[in-house]
Amino acid sequence: MMKINEEVSLETVVGKAASLLFSEYRFVTMTTVDCDEYFDIYYHFDKNYELYTLRLKVEKPGVVPSISKACFAALIIENEIQDLFGITFTGLVVDYEKHFLLAPDAPEKPFCHVPGVKITTVDSPAAKKDEVAK
Amino acid sequence: MSMIVPFGPQHPVLPEPLQLRLEIVDETVVSALPVIGYVHRGLERLAEQKDFQQDTYLIEHICGICSFMHSTTYCTGIEEIMNIEIPERAKYLRVAWSEMHRIHSHLLALGLLADAFGFESLFYQIWRTREHIMDAMEYTTGGRVMLSAACVGGVRKDINEEQKQFVLEKLALIEAEFKEEAHVLLDDYTVKARTVGVGVLDAKTAYERGAVGPTARASGLKMDHRMTGYFAYDKLDFEPVVENDCDAYARTKVRIREVFQSIDLIRQALSALPDTPLKTAFKGNPNGEAAVRAEQPRGEVIYYLKGNGTDKLARCRVRTPTFANVAPMLHMLNGCSLANVGVIVLSVDPCISCTER
Amino acid sequence: MKIVVMLKTLLFNLLKGPVTRKYPYEERPPFPGERGVILMPDESKCIYCGICARKCPSNALTVTRTPEKEWKYERFRCILCGACVEACPKKCLEFGDRKK
Repeated sequence: MMKINEEVSLETVVGKAASLLFSEYRFVTMTTVDCDEYFDIYYHFDKNYELYTLRLKVEKPGVVPSISKACFAALIIENEIQDLFGITFTGLVVDYEKHFLLAPDAPEKPFCHVPGVKITTVDSPAAKKDEVAK
Repeated sequence: MSMIVPFGPQHPVLPEPLQLRLEIVDETVVSALPVIGYVHRGLERLAEQKDFQQDTYLIEHICGICSFMHSTTYCTGIEEIMNIEIPERAKYLRVAWSEMHRIHSHLLALGLLADAFGFESLFYQIWRTREHIMDAMEYTTGGRVMLSAACVGGVRKDINEEQKQFVLEKLALIEAEFKEEAHVLLDDYTVKARTVGVGVLDAKTAYERGAVGPTARASGLKMDHRMTGYFAYDKLDFEPVVENDCDAYARTKVRIREVFQSIDLIRQALSALPDTPLKTAFKGNPNGEAAVRAEQPRGEVIYYLKGNGTDKLARCRVRTPTFANVAPMLHMLNGCSLANVGVIVLSVDPCISCTER
Repeated sequence: MKIVVMLKTLLFNLLKGPVTRKYPYEERPPFPGERGVILMPDESKCIYCGICARKCPSNALTVTRTPEKEWKYERFRCILCGACVEACPKKCLEFGDRKK
């Protein structure tokens, strides 16, 4: 089971991340989870093979201060989250403007859960061909 | 006056589509900006649509090089959520196949590095050696790269006595052949001229920018997630390979030493195979969240998994080692000459399919 | 300083001849247990339960019971993981030679 070491808010997240990095923690990654009503953003840090996780709860659609000024490595993952979840990070060192992973004509925020819409997997083309034949 | 040179996505030294926008003044790179997204497939999202046992095979297809390690790490995560203790034999087999993948990945990376500085006969020679390990994987599981040997609760395939002998024979061949090739990579004058002092990444920057795997270990950071003793690594005897030169030569050296270390680890694991069943039976669906890490050939991978009590996962997030190594790579590129960009990029051993998922 | 470290290997390669096979004329037999293609050798054994189709991660299998009993395998969708072979209650699926 994952341990969440600390809850942070939009005001404290940058300061907390910077103080962790100052005390020789290594930035591992960030994870965003779409919890339907809100987003959970986890900040994972590591020291001596121990994971230290911060959790930030963000209301949709989400505007979050970027930690990329304190930690350059966060830049890439923050740009990815911008693409996939449509969360806006303010103060990014390099902003790809939501087209880091996605092409200009790609669907917007493809990883977000849309209420009432369910993605179904495509059936085998062989089965489809039969249906048409019938 | 500076100008922008696009490096990739189609470039002779790049095995995978990565574009680097290099800002150059004369022949020197001033800054680099990565442009990715050519092979983004949205596998994380697709994993939420399939049931968690099907995901094992789906996750395996994230990467064509460390496929088995992706699926085992994913299985470890599910096992952690569901409190499944896997049998001892499965742990040793997971180690054996993981280390086979490490050999295969490192040989591939070293071959491509040789190609990047224009030593093609060395490239062919190393890839020829790599065929031995591919044969060993094919004989033991039935697939050359996609082993499909991991499953939640253990492993699906076994290594019997005959296969074990085959693997050991192949390992002896690799050891003998690779000694010659390692000698060329480490001692040849022309090779050293291209790698020594190129792409320097000091320990402090490596740590701050979150470097992992051989990139971090070549900068003198003793960071190897196998030391935490997941699977059966706690029962095997090994030490992380650390080099202090911080350049492309040191990263090559780390990979070369890790190949020999992996050969030793496979021998240890296969000689100590306990006689237990391969799988633990389990019931139910995962409910809860877990973050698991494992050491892949390129570094530490982290899986964040969240189950909601149904057979489908609520979230499956993968941070692959190359993703963490992009930021250190940008640092190495600053101030290098344009001719060295290929060598530096391949000394990090980027896997873009992994990165974009 | 060493310049000719590769020379030994090169001379050896020159004298030994090619290591590759002349493929269409000379073939390496597949390893036992090679996952080449999924086959159902005896269709009368199949009970059309559809477990294989449900376990398949890539939707390569379709099983229909009505109006006609049919087991369909789409080879180009298949990722050869073997989940169906393992799950089949009647053990009527197996891996075969990839050339079939």
